[in-house]
Amino acid sequence: MPVKVLDFWGSPFAARVRVALAEKGVSYESKEEDLLVGKSDLLLQSNPIYGKVPVLLHDDKPVLESSNIVYYIDETWPNPQLLPACSYGRSRARFWTDFIDKKVYDVGRNIWMGKGDEVEAAKDEFIDVLKKLEGALGDREYYAGDQFGFLDIIFVSLSCWFPTYEKYGGFMVEEETPTIAAWLKRCYSRETVAKSMPDSQRVIEFVGMMRKMHGIE
Amino acid sequence: MSRVISGVELLGAWASPYSIRVQIALNLKSIPYEFTEEKFYTSNKSARLLEANPIHKKIPVLIHDSKPISESLIILQYIDEKWSCNGPSILPSDPYDRAMARFWAAYVDDKWFPAFKELEKASRDEDRGAIIERIHEGAMLLEETFVKCSKLKAYFGGDSLGYIDLVLGSYLGFIELTESATGLKIFEEMRTPRLARWAQRLSLDDAAKDVLPDAQKLFEFYMMVRESQKLEQINFLLR
Repeated sequence: MPVKVLDFWGSPFAARVRVALAEKGVSYESKEEDLLVGKSDLLLQSNPIYGKVPVLLHDDKPVLESSNIVYYIDETWPNPQLLPACSYGRSRARFWTDFIDKKVYDVGRNIWMGKGDEVEAAKDEFIDVLKKLEGALGDREYYAGDQFGFLDIIFVSLSCWFPTYEKYGGFMVEEETPTIAAWLKRCYSRETVAKSMPDSQRVIEFVGMMRKMHGIE
Repeated sequence: MSRVISGVELLGAWASPYSIRVQIALNLKSIPYEFTEEKFYTSNKSARLLEANPIHKKIPVLIHDSKPISESLIILQYIDEKWSCNGPSILPSDPYDRAMARFWAAYVDDKWFPAFKELEKASRDEDRGAIIERIHEGAMLLEETFVKCSKLKAYFGGDSLGYIDLVLGSYLGFIELTESATGLKIFEEMRTPRLARWAQRLSLDDAAKDVLPDAQKLFEFYMMVRESQKLEQINFLLR
């Protein structure tokens, strides 16, 4: 059954889907959406409520919302298992997935879209979010233990925007949360992650352009 | 049922839809549990709640064998997996159907129900009109979803309550309260006939009927909450 992904190079949420499919060894067709020009008919038909990428089309049936898509990928192609085996471990992964989804990107956006004092406040909030995630990692190699898994995919995909937040927020992830920085290096040494993530310099340039469009610089 | 025997405790609140849905799930699976009512509307949270959910400090929290699980949708999935042999499944078994159930539950929680809260706060007629329009459009989307998921059976979950039933159903008290306050009809015969019947059916279901709150009781409760929050603000300013 064919697999297609409605994709966008710079989307950290689309990156999650790319990493998950790569981990499962599933081949797929990637259709790049040019979000600056406009959304394709296929995107609007597949995701009429939110109109957002990523969308996974499995045999033309759409699956929406990136975390939801990664759960779907894990259930449809069971090997290797991304979520932990035990119910409590799965709840823990779901809890932190929900936390990451609610906090990381939106607070990060407040850093690069913010004006004046808003930037400092957003930076402080972002560092607090990272520290909580650092606490959740503890002294493990990966979030569920010694195997790269679900929560690692959910979080690592957002890291392609970290250099952008560092630039506009005036901080370094390595200094604020060294354990997270070490975990990131570990994740990036995996081919599935390295080949799925956008170049963070290209993201910085893209954000620079967005800021001009919004009249921030 | 004592904590020692069942090993299941719920920190919740009778008026909170997020707590109600967990209670319905536990009832569906016939799991005995100890219920601790938390004053969720105050900034003065209990030590127990703060220990169980230090990140969000919110109810509901399910404590099973001393391990806390927070966030209502996560708790529902935990209950479904942990007690998979008890009673009917809450989530479907097919991965695509599961993805749809998760999507629509998130839609209800993150997009549809927040419109009710916006309506409460909106004072201008044109704002209210636009929000009411969105609520009705959402209800019609949910009606279409019901047709697809139920496959002509009683509930979104088929013959028994499923994930979307628990999530949407947990708001029925609030929906009734909104209807009395505004004169609107949210699930009604003309626009959403199946959901109108579904709502009646669900409120009589054994797992839900003793847990779904009465709209009048909810109204009195939220009046009390508003007063106590005003008092808290005054006390804070006088400190």
